[in-house]
Amino acid sequence: MAEKFVAKATEMQDGDRRIVFVGDNEIGVFRHGGQYYAYSNFCLHQGGPACEGLTIARVEEKLRPDKTSMGLSFSETDMNFVCPWHGMEYDMKTGECISDRKMKLKKFQVVQKGDEVYVVA
Amino acid sequence: MDLIADRGRRVTVEELNTSRLLAHARKQAVQRKLDDMMIVDVDAHHYENEHFGDILPFMENEVFKQLSQSTRTSTRSRGTFTPQTIGYQDMGGRVTRYPMRGGEKTEDKGHMRDVELGHRWMDAMSVDYSCLFPTGMLSIGLHPQTEMEVELCWAYNRWLTEKVLPESGRFFTMLTLPFSDPDACLRQVEAFGDRKGVGGFMVTTVRNNLAVNDNRYMKVYRAIEERGLVLSFHSGPNWGEPIFKSCNRFLVAHALGFAWYNIVNLSNWVINGMGERFPKLPVIWIESGLAWVPFLMQKLDHEYMLRPSEAPLLKKKPSDYMRDMYYSSQPMEIQDMGALECTFRMMNAETQLMYSSDYPHWDFDLPSTISDLPFLSEKAKHNILGGTAARLFKLPPRNEKQKENLKKFGNLTAVA
Repeated sequence: MAEKFVAKATEMQDGDRRIVFVGDNEIGVFRHGGQYYAYSNFCLHQGGPACEGLTIARVEEKLRPDKTSMGLSFSETDMNFVCPWHGMEYDMKTGECISDRKMKLKKFQVVQKGDEVYVVA
Repeated sequence: MDLIADRGRRVTVEELNTSRLLAHARKQAVQRKLDDMMIVDVDAHHYENEHFGDILPFMENEVFKQLSQSTRTSTRSRGTFTPQTIGYQDMGGRVTRYPMRGGEKTEDKGHMRDVELGHRWMDAMSVDYSCLFPTGMLSIGLHPQTEMEVELCWAYNRWLTEKVLPESGRFFTMLTLPFSDPDACLRQVEAFGDRKGVGGFMVTTVRNNLAVNDNRYMKVYRAIEERGLVLSFHSGPNWGEPIFKSCNRFLVAHALGFAWYNIVNLSNWVINGMGERFPKLPVIWIESGLAWVPFLMQKLDHEYMLRPSEAPLLKKKPSDYMRDMYYSSQPMEIQDMGALECTFRMMNAETQLMYSSDYPHWDFDLPSTISDLPFLSEKAKHNILGGTAARLFKLPPRNEKQKENLKKFGNLTAVA
């Protein structure tokens, strides 16, 4: 497994992303909540660039004890990233597909060495 | 470009370039050698509303033309001159090409822009020819003024056939019929039916008053059949339809609406014996996916077996007439492979199904949705992806390998 340079840590702020190419592989590296997350950039739906679209908080619907709906709201804690082709959403922290958790993007390890961020692929 | 995410947060996304966005589609095409297959997309779209400045001058009636042009340019106008439907096709910006479309750079900003953009995604997907349909005009059947429907269809059809299609060579079309006025339909078939790039005519089924079996339409169908052209029915969503007003999510109105309009109209078409009246008229049902087809075949057969007195023109079961007609593939429900295989078998997909992308709309399908199906023969893949459409629309191959494949599977037409 080789380490591929992603970016200088000081150049990658929360909410930023980079796409790195390792041979035929494309890997999306996100920085979110002070952490780095890296996933295959090939959507499990039809192969779109899964990591190149919008990042957006998960939409939730909370129920009251009597099962009535409190309506739709954005999550305070959970972030998704979205494939721009068809809108397929993935969990930022796990790479799981939101509409079917059994489907999961390949995850890659990210390491920081000093001011430099690398993905292991 | 910055897009708005949750709570007004801005997310920077790379500027839209269709070739770049679809780079993975190109990879798929190369891996699967799709350039060797002739691929015909029988349902793709452009946004004609972006060209109304060029389209409206083709309107014939000066009063309606002035009304439209004034409404289009009036910045403080509340109204519009085309029906608007409520919906969230862009999924709140999640499908980024919607909010970013206007910023994509092209050489030309006029009608050639649509040709340039079209060729970008066709090249990426390895699509050789596309049947170009409008977007907003798919709701023209909801216009309260029949005269305006007729005028807008006339203007769009002239602009498309005189300005856009001649610039492409890879786009063809089935022109939008002003179906609220059967006489106007006939006039447009006669005026435009012989024009280059016209493969047939399209009825948008998003309507509340449509009876495809009405006697007034027989002359229209006959005129299309006589010219060797195709009749298609294109569905769409309409959240304003009374039955869908109970739906609080666009997902439901969208999922059911597309199937619903084609189910209703196909049922009327079949039960009224249109297949017997116009046996040489090819009919395509567009953009409803496929899962509804087995349902409707079983439902109509079941009722017909007990109530043949209500369908005396039929000489075989409704499902047999359904198998005589054609269907576009998108959006193909691919969640249960066994169910999909059964659907293909029931509809004789090898000869009756034609690939469609619906690009650039949000739920487009790539050619790989067909080429990767594990239960299809090579012949079926070639037919569905382009061979059947090549025969129907008399489209020539674009390279020698495609010619070989068309010949091999019996799809090479005389024109090729």
